[in-house]
Amino acid sequence: MKAVRYCGAGDIRVEHVPDPQILNPRDAIVKVTATAICGSDLHIYNGYIPTMQTGDILGHEFMGEVVEVGSGNSRLKVGDRVVVPFTIACGRCYFCKEGLWSLCDNSNPNAWMAEKISGYSGSGLFGYSHMYGGYPGGQAEYARVPFADIGPIRVPDSLTDEQVLFLSDIFPTGYMAAENCSIRPGDTIAVWGCGPVGQFAIRSAYLLGAERVIAIDRYPERLALAARGRAETLNYTEVDVLDELRMRTGGQGPDACIDAVGLEAHGTTLDAWYDRIKTSMYLATDRPHVLRQAIGACRKGGTVSIPGVYGGWLDKFPLGAAFAKGLTLKMGQTHMHRYLPSLLARIEHGDIDPSFVITHRVTLDDAPDMYRTFNEKDDKCIKVIIKP
Amino acid sequence: MLQFNFMTTHALRHDMPSSIASTESWLALGSATLLLLYGAMRRSPAGALGAIAATPLLYRGITGRWPGFLAGVMPEDTKTALSGERGVRVHESIRLELPVNDVYRFWRRIENLPRFMSHLESVAENPDGRSHWVAVGPGDYRIEWDAEIFNEVENQTIAWRSLPGSDVVSAGSVNFDAVRSGQSTQVSVNLQYAPPAGRAGDLVARLFGRAPTQIVREDLRRLKQLLEAGEVAHARPADDPR
Ligand SMILES: NC(=O)c1ccc[n+]([C@@H]2O[C@H](COP(=O)([O-])OP(=O)(O)OC[C@H]3O[C@@H](n4cnc5c(N)ncnc54)[C@H](O)[C@@H]3O)[C@@H](O)[C@H]2O)c1
Ligand SMILES: [Zn+2]
Ligand SMILES: [Zn+2]
Repeated sequence: MKAVRYCGAGDIRVEHVPDPQILNPRDAIVKVTATAICGSDLHIYNGYIPTMQTGDILGHEFMGEVVEVGSGNSRLKVGDRVVVPFTIACGRCYFCKEGLWSLCDNSNPNAWMAEKISGYSGSGLFGYSHMYGGYPGGQAEYARVPFADIGPIRVPDSLTDEQVLFLSDIFPTGYMAAENCSIRPGDTIAVWGCGPVGQFAIRSAYLLGAERVIAIDRYPERLALAARGRAETLNYTEVDVLDELRMRTGGQGPDACIDAVGLEAHGTTLDAWYDRIKTSMYLATDRPHVLRQAIGACRKGGTVSIPGVYGGWLDKFPLGAAFAKGLTLKMGQTHMHRYLPSLLARIEHGDIDPSFVITHRVTLDDAPDMYRTFNEKDDKCIKVIIKP
Repeated sequence: MLQFNFMTTHALRHDMPSSIASTESWLALGSATLLLLYGAMRRSPAGALGAIAATPLLYRGITGRWPGFLAGVMPEDTKTALSGERGVRVHESIRLELPVNDVYRFWRRIENLPRFMSHLESVAENPDGRSHWVAVGPGDYRIEWDAEIFNEVENQTIAWRSLPGSDVVSAGSVNFDAVRSGQSTQVSVNLQYAPPAGRAGDLVARLFGRAPTQIVREDLRRLKQLLEAGEVAHARPADDPR
């Protein structure tokens, strides 16, 4: 089959590889009908994610038709149309039972690698480095799905692939980011990053009852899309973000701040340049400029919710400010399985049509070009979907 | 050694885009753990096998890892072999979300052990309570030995030791504790073995990154996967070169 492979930072290729096979009883094989490139894939593309190996198949946002099921999987049938959550979870360990699906104990065969860095390992992820299991991803014609009796969600034929594909990651991710803000009526939420995750965080914040959402980015088309989701916008290259947020909230600060940017933040302030130089000299792992700003901006006693991915040891992290203001920090990979049924219901109900983020529709062969386009934010690119 | 390796790689890469941070940027943090991790990951599977093959004592370690050590009840030769400088001790524990009875019963059928102890090929229990163990390493390096269970309390403990004349001298115990109001079971493994080359051999094994503790930890992790999830997690087919 054809698959999108990582061949080094900045080097993505479409190549022929062996078809996936059932390896375990609870597995299924899915013929991929739609898959997407995520902002998280860009961290891999830019070489920020350790333990990638040449030839790894990328992609963790995918859906398709079940073409084979393992002997121990009585829930799925050949022919089922499913969306696959990007976190791989067994459903039976302590963490799965607690609803902390992205922290599953039993799905990462390389848990020891993650333990060296974090003490304990999170769940396995599709197409996201060997530290997260080394599972081949879904930017391919077929994909093997472990624990397929518990992860994939069947979707009704009345909804198109484009409407349901983002249940695989970014809709639940934006939703959990907003849910982590413990929104109460009257609240103002500031969202850094108007990429796909930010867009879903904005809309989810309103779904959860926020009064105002202030969205921060610098790309006009992304800010415009945020505005279409009823956000007030703020271009960080034009104003001082902290001042502006203070002004707009009567000197109080937003009740909660969402960092939907992650470790590759851009910035115009001194600390952002410092991050850039340090990471380029291999002296730091992340560029946490947005996280610093979110902590600085948040009102006293507020929450900073971090769906943006961080990888290592953060430099100049203002824990003192977070402490002084008694902030709550919430973060992590999305507990995908927790959100699938209710968010599918919201789509069916017409509360939201997730296809609004799509700007590019391509085939597998175009994937390497689209990694570049999406990374550079060229051609007003916001979200790429691939139909193999 | 690893650090030097890194410096070289870094120097060679100065002409690459600055965005190529990757593993190197992690390394630059200078964390010894990361250096080790990096080393482990860069090592090709062939290299890793070579390293392991070069240290058969590691396999002694592995094979000596079966549970069953309780001080004081060992026969004289086991006691001598495992005493002082000569013994290697491993202690590991893991919690499973299953009642203690399920975990105990699975482990007590020692034929099950090769299902999660990756280097064991087979274990067979004879009617007289003695058992025969076979372990195979890379290059068909194979060892066999006999052992006996010398202490056993249902749903609490199993202890065993190698029989006199065995290739591998070892003893160990596994304890099962019901925790969290009986919803979960904590499994604790204690074992001791004498690698033929003594402690020095063990040091070599450690240098290659896979200390006996790590091997036991991986085995226990597989036990947990098998019993909780019903299967051992695999990302790729066994014949995948990576
Ligand atoms: N937690 C999870 O489970 C999870 C899941 C999916 C994605 N993510 C992460 O979410 C983040 C965003 O993903 P995406 O797909 O939206 O990516 P994206 O690259 O499309 O969007 C990032 C946006 O951040 C903006 N940005 C950069 N610097 C900024 C700054 N200083 N202030 C404000 N905005 C700034 C960029 O202009 C861009 O629009 C990534 O880190 C991704 O890895 C996390
Ligand atoms: Zn994603
Ligand atoms: Zn689990």
